[in-house]
Amino acid sequence: MKIFVCIKQVPDSTRVDIDPETMTLKRGGVDSKINPFDLYAIETAVRLKEAHDGQICAISMGPPQSEAALREAFMLGVDDGVLLSDRNFAGADVLATSYALSQGILSLGLPDVIICGRQTTDGDTGQVGPEIAEFLDIPHVAYVRRIVAVEEQSMILEMDMPETIEVVRVSFPFLMTVEKGIFQPRLPSLRRKMATAERQIRRLGLADLPDTDPAHYGLKGSPTQVVRIFPPEHSAGHETWNDTPEALSEKLYNRLGELKFL
Amino acid sequence: MSNININLPVGQNLDELVALCPFNAIEKTADGLAIGSGCRMCRVCIKRRPEVFSSDAGTAVKKINKGEWRGIAVYADHLHGVIHPVSFELIGKAREMAARTSQPVYCLIAGLDLSNMAGQLLEYGVDKVFAYEAPALEHFRIEPFTAVFENFIRRVRPSAVLVGGTSIGRSLAPRIAARFRTGLTADCTLLDISPGTDIDQIRPAYGGNIMAHIQTPNHRPQFATVRYKIFNAPEKTAPYGEIEYCALDGISLASKIEVLEIKAKEKVRSVEDASAIIVAGKGVKKEADLQMINELAEALGAMTAGTRPLIEQGWFDPRLQIGLSGRTVKPSLIITCGVSGSVQFAAGMQTADTIIAINSDPDAPIFNIAHYAVVGDLYQVVPSLIARIRKGGQLI
Repeated sequence: MKIFVCIKQVPDSTRVDIDPETMTLKRGGVDSKINPFDLYAIETAVRLKEAHDGQICAISMGPPQSEAALREAFMLGVDDGVLLSDRNFAGADVLATSYALSQGILSLGLPDVIICGRQTTDGDTGQVGPEIAEFLDIPHVAYVRRIVAVEEQSMILEMDMPETIEVVRVSFPFLMTVEKGIFQPRLPSLRRKMATAERQIRRLGLADLPDTDPAHYGLKGSPTQVVRIFPPEHSAGHETWNDTPEALSEKLYNRLGELKFL
Repeated sequence: MSNININLPVGQNLDELVALCPFNAIEKTADGLAIGSGCRMCRVCIKRRPEVFSSDAGTAVKKINKGEWRGIAVYADHLHGVIHPVSFELIGKAREMAARTSQPVYCLIAGLDLSNMAGQLLEYGVDKVFAYEAPALEHFRIEPFTAVFENFIRRVRPSAVLVGGTSIGRSLAPRIAARFRTGLTADCTLLDISPGTDIDQIRPAYGGNIMAHIQTPNHRPQFATVRYKIFNAPEKTAPYGEIEYCALDGISLASKIEVLEIKAKEKVRSVEDASAIIVAGKGVKKEADLQMINELAEALGAMTAGTRPLIEQGWFDPRLQIGLSGRTVKPSLIITCGVSGSVQFAAGMQTADTIIAINSDPDAPIFNIAHYAVVGDLYQVVPSLIARIRKGGQLI
């Protein structure tokens, strides 16, 4: 089975502040890690490989330093790493990101299964997986919480819907986004780190993709535009209570009574 | 290509310029600086050092004719014969924006046995409901639903499409937005419209404490998803719109997905329906301490819920996560205990009628949205409050 996993490098902290004077972003530490939701996608791929044999390729888009995320994926059991990196890809929104990833996947040859995490912790949209599937013209199954069976040309999957569990059969090739509960991700192995230290990460730029029109990528290929960023508005007319714990609980008790919550 | 241009005067401290970028996208090269692929066009560099960084505002792009796209459409989300209430909330928002720009409001509904639900949609003030009925649409499967959605857009040509941020909506909206190669803004918390029919979409961004104002200036339709309980459902009106059952000729309803079984999940009391909620945050140090939070909830007849870090530690069922990536709630009372209050969290609860926040950090962002900012140690305040409520109860 040929499996692709889409991963993203995200900032280690989601703490972002705005400079009140310049109204611009301040970001503290620049430590990065694999998007935590992607660890479940990687684990799912590795379990599939362990049970059914196969080859796992992790694909990511980002600046050159995103290689670190692919190296980490090696330590988790991924066989190959491909990084889409090109100045033309900069400033991409959901559409341009999905398009570039789908082009990268096409240039490598469509696998049987593409696995994505449910969302990233920085973009938080959860929309890239379905858009990749659309660009590749393959079905996608979202919210997968369990793999029931792997068949010759298909899989039986359980989808976690709000009130129900839907069991579906989907034929290869397809894309799935997996939920956190699907498998417990393993820890990176030092042994694998040593074993994969020399492994090459393949770089793909615009020229390597089937569609080399720069207008389809990055900022130019992004229909959405960020007009501005701003700190959230604060509600006016609130009360701040500073007091001893006893006095605070008394005030709270009285106010809850006045508001008829008691 | 990033739209940032660099004009590097001699004698610049390159490291200082590199450090300007919150996304590490400014790179040193052999002949100076370059903007790398990490650029997100946040324009921080332009604002800080305009003499070095600039952007091409007007690159020559073919402008679309926005006049050819008219109407605001809502995708009517439904499961097992029941319309998801987020659809009514979106109809309310669509009507508001349509009224200001003299546009009609449309609904798209696809499935089987739609007449009842289509009629319900009209009661919320929709001008026209487009219904696609077929046995192949009985269960939600991505390919046939995308196919009828595509057909709807080609024939109606709406300027904007609003989709509920439900399980179905979050799977379907990106698929159809990609098909039309147009913009999609996920989980908007505020929507407005400008006279030129561009939708102003506001959402928390970069996973942190920042809001982004996003537009889709040169593509149609504009797609936005919105979570349940962000907007209000409008009052019902006497229906004035009509229902059109659309022919399915020429639409491929084939699917590579076969629904084998639909199993009921054990019912969990939905936190969205609770009138009072106590939320535990990272200030709660260990799982055993949730007992105290549960006791407070019990004393107030409230439900207990948690923030994302606590869900990630497995202390709560994910269905009890408050926040934009969890559940959005609008209870009459919410008491947060040891919750710092990220934008992500706040977006999921700030429309509550009364917000009481207990936190020992006087600078916690949660206090910006709380009606009552209780600066104190939850480990002291909460037990004392529980004792008072219990004692009060005995007196009555």
